[in-house]
Amino acid sequence: VRALRRFFTRVLNFAGMRRGDERLREEMESHLAAQTGENIRAGMGLAEARRHAGLKFGTVQAVREDYRAEEGLPLLEDLLLDIRYALRVLWKSPAFTLVATFTLMVGIGANVVVFGVINAVLLRPLEVSDPDNLYQIRLKPWTSGKALTTSYPAFEDYLQRNTTVTGLAGYNGFRGGRLRWGNTVKRASGYSVTGNYFEFLGVQPQLGRLIQSADDRGSNSAPYMVLSDSLWRTAFNADPSVVGSTVRLGKDPFTVIGVAPARFHGTERFGWPDYWIPVLNDVDAKYLQDRKGRPLTVLGRLKPGVTPERAVEDLSAIAAQLAKEYPTTDTGVPLRLIRPGLQGDARDVIRGFLYGVTGLTLLVLVAACANLASLFAARAADRNRELALRVALGASRWRLVRQLMTEAMVVSMVGGAAGLVTASLLLGALNRWQSPPPGQVAVSADTRVYVAALILTLVSGLLFGMIPARQVWQSSPLQAMKRGAVDPTRRHLLSLQDLLLGAQIAICTLLVSASFVAVRGMVRMLHAPLGFQPQGAMLAEMAVSEEGDVLLEKRKAMLEAVRSIPGVTAAGMVSKVPFTGGLRGIPIFPPGTTEFTLNNSVLEPYGLAISPAYFEAAGTRLLSGRDISWHDTVQTPYVAIVNATLARNMWGAAPAIGQRFIVFGHLREVVGVVEDSKYNEIAESPPPAFYLPFSQYEQANTTFVVRSQRAQNEMAAALERTLSGFAPDALIPVQSWPEAMAGALFPSRAAASGLGVLGLLAAMLAVTGIFGMAAYNVSRRMKELGIRVALGARTKHVMSTAVGRPIVLLGIGSFAGLLVCVLASRLLGQIVYQANTRDPVVVLGAVLTMALLGLAASAIPALRALAVDPSKLMREE
Amino acid sequence: MKQKSDVQQGTLALMVLKTVDVVGPLHGYGIARRIEQISGDLLSVNQGTLYPVLLRLEQEGAIASEWGPSENNRRARFYRLTRAGQTLLKAEKRDWEQTAAIIARFFDVNAKDLA
Repeated sequence: VRALRRFFTRVLNFAGMRRGDERLREEMESHLAAQTGENIRAGMGLAEARRHAGLKFGTVQAVREDYRAEEGLPLLEDLLLDIRYALRVLWKSPAFTLVATFTLMVGIGANVVVFGVINAVLLRPLEVSDPDNLYQIRLKPWTSGKALTTSYPAFEDYLQRNTTVTGLAGYNGFRGGRLRWGNTVKRASGYSVTGNYFEFLGVQPQLGRLIQSADDRGSNSAPYMVLSDSLWRTAFNADPSVVGSTVRLGKDPFTVIGVAPARFHGTERFGWPDYWIPVLNDVDAKYLQDRKGRPLTVLGRLKPGVTPERAVEDLSAIAAQLAKEYPTTDTGVPLRLIRPGLQGDARDVIRGFLYGVTGLTLLVLVAACANLASLFAARAADRNRELALRVALGASRWRLVRQLMTEAMVVSMVGGAAGLVTASLLLGALNRWQSPPPGQVAVSADTRVYVAALILTLVSGLLFGMIPARQVWQSSPLQAMKRGAVDPTRRHLLSLQDLLLGAQIAICTLLVSASFVAVRGMVRMLHAPLGFQPQGAMLAEMAVSEEGDVLLEKRKAMLEAVRSIPGVTAAGMVSKVPFTGGLRGIPIFPPGTTEFTLNNSVLEPYGLAISPAYFEAAGTRLLSGRDISWHDTVQTPYVAIVNATLARNMWGAAPAIGQRFIVFGHLREVVGVVEDSKYNEIAESPPPAFYLPFSQYEQANTTFVVRSQRAQNEMAAALERTLSGFAPDALIPVQSWPEAMAGALFPSRAAASGLGVLGLLAAMLAVTGIFGMAAYNVSRRMKELGIRVALGARTKHVMSTAVGRPIVLLGIGSFAGLLVCVLASRLLGQIVYQANTRDPVVVLGAVLTMALLGLAASAIPALRALAVDPSKLMREE
Repeated sequence: MKQKSDVQQGTLALMVLKTVDVVGPLHGYGIARRIEQISGDLLSVNQGTLYPVLLRLEQEGAIASEWGPSENNRRARFYRLTRAGQTLLKAEKRDWEQTAAIIARFFDVNAKDLA
């Protein structure tokens, strides 16, 4: 306690710059006067008495120093002096300071942004209670996309039969519709959740109340809705009186009972729900009894002491049991537990991507540090004389090293602060930028980000401060004083500076080529065959409520109306457009099957309902056979069109036309084969799929696919006008197909732009590095160059002396960087779709870029060297 | 700058504490004289070293100080023991006695006692 108290007093003294000098002086005077008086009384003369008093007191200066050392914090005071000195030195060379700060700002800023994103996407826990014990239960096979887990009846079975989890909550994230409140109409998407959802996650309302288990009173319980904070603010103007009022979702009324807290967005980090309704009130609550569909995503928490492995065994055993009890619907696929938050298995992809980008961004910082280290080393070499003088005058080497390190740290702190500010601004912008496809994710700077920035700053300061410090440590003052500024003996084959510049160029080349790879990957992806042509097509989504023949007639009429819009070249309908999620495999059976258990099914392809001419509108080629027509009805034989993959999987090389299979209990004949296409993501290998006519397979969902030559907005307006004639009060969302696909393209767009920015930063660093080295070289050897010119050296020689070394280093560094890039194709494969580092375009592009950069960076120093005027130079000094 | 040994510094602090405990509030010169009287030559040369010790003790809260008139009508700083200082003095005294006793025993030991 005493030591602490003393420390605090000292800190206070230090902070307040309080000096006890005055007090000490007075005390000393008083002391000396008293002693002198005593001495006089003892019989001394005044002068003698004073002298003795002084002798007895001891060295005033030493006492004062001791006193001061006791009083404040000498170490800190020295540090302040160092910092002040460093600031003065840096202030004197503003160009150097600016370049150094900027370089560091770029390096640290980029890293902080990337870390901020990682922090938000991977590290920050979900806003639920006990996030460490929260798992998502998923089918064992690794699947991309939004494959879901269980049917509602199966969920209830798991809940009742398991012995290892304390709770299970489920939600269906595929609910969406038009939300009306008063005159406001807004498209919203939300979750239908099991009654225990909020209690299970430990979420408290910010207004009203949330859905509770007690609300689960069968399918005729009151329809409740909980609003998300953002929906409450945007659509309801944060009006507290909304609680208790009735809103319509589609045509169904719901009573708003509360608002969820602002920080709670469900358990997914991308794509936040706008509202939550009880699963029992769901619009098409058919699935509550249906074991076929798998709409529910299931969350669970383990009982204390239960390992995840144990729970997996338990749940998989229940799955196997269910498959025995319900052989036609339950597959018995074993289960596993994953961490919720990143669209199931997409987590692995996202993590790989982010860590890959982190690696590359750290390389930018390393390159920046190498850049700074060579700048600092060059400066230290220039200051050799000053430093040597100080050593000669008795400064300890440790003191000098400390001084240089302080300078480096000051620069890194300033650069780091600038980087952090830039990064926070960027993160803020990223946060406000709401790209619809991936939904929002909250990225913002929090403590963790600040700490990361500080660590990066300190480490980089240490890294580039060490090089000059090492130089000083090894320098001998005698040699330095004798030689002066120019150092002709130091012409080793490879100096430290050369090594640093070479490494920097290698890293920059690696980054530049990586960004080329990414951009190429992006371009390739945009041109990858999808099996349909989104360009030039519009999508209009429409829900229908009719059934049977009425519905069919309405469909025909609507399609006819759309076709007759001027400018439309083709139009069709489909139950679900590819790349909008929610597709699931449908078991098909060979002809003659009598027992439709899942074990007897041959394949689980995707199945879609279509209208005639859908393929024409979508731009999917019919490979053989015929398209379906309105003449295929329930009275005529049931037909299907299959894609090439399904045909190959089922019948190999044999012609598919005329083959049969059973789906949904009907024997169908294949009448046509279409080309493969993609359904969930661009990188997938084409899955098998079949298409059935609407007239033989009733589906409520309808999306019009309309191809036309007219301008997008014109077409959209015409489509909306035409369709609203059939459903006056419906809101019909119309968008272009490429717009609808943006979500699927987002990852590679993000990768390409991220890597593009990194490549740009790297290019900038390469330029400053080469420029710095060449410019320094020229200015240092100005005199030598002058003599050479005076002695009649040719332009070629002057040039090679001036910028030869950086150019050679550029060559070697670029080669090394390219080599690493080619070898690192696996790492890049994590980031970019089909990364190909051996692509000649990439290699050539990188080489050309580096050559141009080198040329640009060394042009000014080279010109300066050529313009050297020997007579003027010789007169100097 | 010469460094004083911890023992010496510690003893001086202890002497200061004891002095102000016995005599009551006293200025620096008075404390120096007292210590000189009792200890002989410890402070006869470097009376000034007392002041950093006083500052340190004050920062630790063992003594408090205020200005007051000295005998020769100058302003002087008077130091007095605080409650914390008394506790400290007692503890230090006990420690010191223990240490002294142990050291004394060590010095008393003869070779044959250890055999």
